[in-house]
Amino acid sequence: MTEKIRSSTLDEPKPLAPNQASAPTWPASAQKANTGPLHGLWALTQRDLRKWYGNPIQLFISLIQPVIWLGVFGKALNFGSFIAQSGAPASVTNGIMLSTFGTTSYFSYLACGQLAFVVLFTSAFSGMSVVFDRRFGFMNKALSTPVGRGTIVMAKVFQSVARSTIQAAMVLIIAVALGMDIGSFTVLGVAAAFGVVFLMATGLSALYVMLALRSSDWQTQMALINLLNLPLLFASNAILPVKLMPTWLQYVVKVNPVSYSTDAIRQLLIGAVGTNSIAVDVGVVLGFAVILSTAGIVLSWRLLSK
Amino acid sequence: MMAELGRQGGEGADVIVKVDGISKSFGQIKAVDNVSFEIKQGEVFGFLGPNGAGKSTTINILTTMMRPTSGKATVCGFDVLSHATDVRRNVGVVPQEYTADEDMTGYQNILLCADLYGLPRSDSKPHAEELLKLVEIQDAANRKVKTFSGGMRRRLELACGLVNYPKLLFLDEPTLGLDVQTRAAVWKYIRTLKEQFKMTLFLTTHYLEEADSLCDRIAIIDHGRIIKVGSPEQLKASVGGDIIVVGVREAEPDISSEIMKLPLVKEVKKKGAEYRIKAEMGEEASPEIMDLVRSKGLHVTKISLTKPTLDEAYLELTGRNLREEEGNRMQNLSQRITMNRARS
Repeated sequence: MTEKIRSSTLDEPKPLAPNQASAPTWPASAQKANTGPLHGLWALTQRDLRKWYGNPIQLFISLIQPVIWLGVFGKALNFGSFIAQSGAPASVTNGIMLSTFGTTSYFSYLACGQLAFVVLFTSAFSGMSVVFDRRFGFMNKALSTPVGRGTIVMAKVFQSVARSTIQAAMVLIIAVALGMDIGSFTVLGVAAAFGVVFLMATGLSALYVMLALRSSDWQTQMALINLLNLPLLFASNAILPVKLMPTWLQYVVKVNPVSYSTDAIRQLLIGAVGTNSIAVDVGVVLGFAVILSTAGIVLSWRLLSK
Repeated sequence: MMAELGRQGGEGADVIVKVDGISKSFGQIKAVDNVSFEIKQGEVFGFLGPNGAGKSTTINILTTMMRPTSGKATVCGFDVLSHATDVRRNVGVVPQEYTADEDMTGYQNILLCADLYGLPRSDSKPHAEELLKLVEIQDAANRKVKTFSGGMRRRLELACGLVNYPKLLFLDEPTLGLDVQTRAAVWKYIRTLKEQFKMTLFLTTHYLEEADSLCDRIAIIDHGRIIKVGSPEQLKASVGGDIIVVGVREAEPDISSEIMKLPLVKEVKKKGAEYRIKAEMGEEASPEIMDLVRSKGLHVTKISLTKPTLDEAYLELTGRNLREEEGNRMQNLSQRITMNRARS
């Protein structure tokens, strides 16, 4: 049988430049290749994004959770009417609400927190996609090409940022539909709020990608997501105001970047009274994004090869 | 030609891979232990060894996926540690695993690989079609890979490995778990690449017949060490040579001592009217033996020539003990995944 194959090969026509005996006789050559420091970034990002928008069911399911938070939790936990039930006049109620939440509507307060929530949970799965690429071999393929190791990490971060930002936009639209106060919306404010969402998503995605660089085990990754996400969410001002928390927890909230991004988003979107100035909030979130993405790229040089 | 300038060393232009005492340890296990060899331009070089012998680890080091613990290796003239990107640019890799993206079509997968090599789309689009034709999956080019059979996936992997016009192609267990038809097809492509595209190929396998029929030279590797390097013929010859059995009509006279004097003959045993002769290069030895027998006035009634198989050489060199799968956890995992998908 072997002999048969051998002879059939020899019988085949030789379509490609048979006169170049020494070099490979490909019609074009690899010299054409442009392997700049960022080549392949878009190709890798697009590959992951295609998986996402190619699967609308996944997108739909990922929106269910924020909708439940907003529609059930947000609507049921109407702090304003709690206070009003005690017989307090509207001015007192609003005063208490303002001093506690920085805004008179808890629903709008929570809606801003839900932007952080959706960013947190979408970004967390950026690490998962690294684990699956490793498990299903694609990572090995990418690593065998001249694409930069940092580029592989950046693509993972970018695809996650794109998903987070788009999902945050959808959550905002749903929140508005459910009665979020849009009186203070400005074009600039919304754009700036999404700038903050973008930075937050960058930092969190970089964090999770970094944690997954060496991992081939999705169970560990799931456990990590649960371990980090709940404290990041609850030890922040995303759902409840810092003022209501015990002192020790307030210190945790102070070092949690989610608090700063939510604080900024509230000020930018609904004109809430913030804990910090917008400049401080944005500064912290920007620092978080820059430090973690840099760390991710630096670590990728070491950790992606064995 | 930037790449050309970065090349180091002036050793023979026909040496494309030069490995000098590389070792790789995973904790206590020495997966590769002081391995040295050279691959010449245009040859098919095979790494043959049992599971966990260090074949994949060596490939991973040469393709810059792993760093050696010690030693030096040069691929296409570039050091694998200091010029890793240049190595990657010049070689093609077909890993043991199935690496294609299942949610994309075959054609999209090849284009994605081309993008990772930085090839412009104007070049990679016609090239992708050419490659799909080469591995005979052009009809399935626009189907998602998740609908591909194991054999089609393996052929797509091969096409992806060729996307950057490599001078040197690494194939890690290219036929692991494949059916006979696909294996035959993969062998055919490997021969085409060597003969038509003058490509150098480095493949690992634990199938003896694969190494025997494809490779110009084979290194037998076990427990991380190279035991023997040579052409399949040389390795077989090292077992002790071909067996020639000559039957003659006349039991007397005994001409064993005359046969023994022939240059290629190593051993002669007479049993009745039959001579069992061990000789090197049996094809050349047997006519000489025939001539000698006839010149003595005897009549040859039958003659047979048995060549030793590579199996015998291999088993003699690596021992007959069964192997527990060593290797690390990741390699075992990926091998299981590969086998499962090959059978899908």
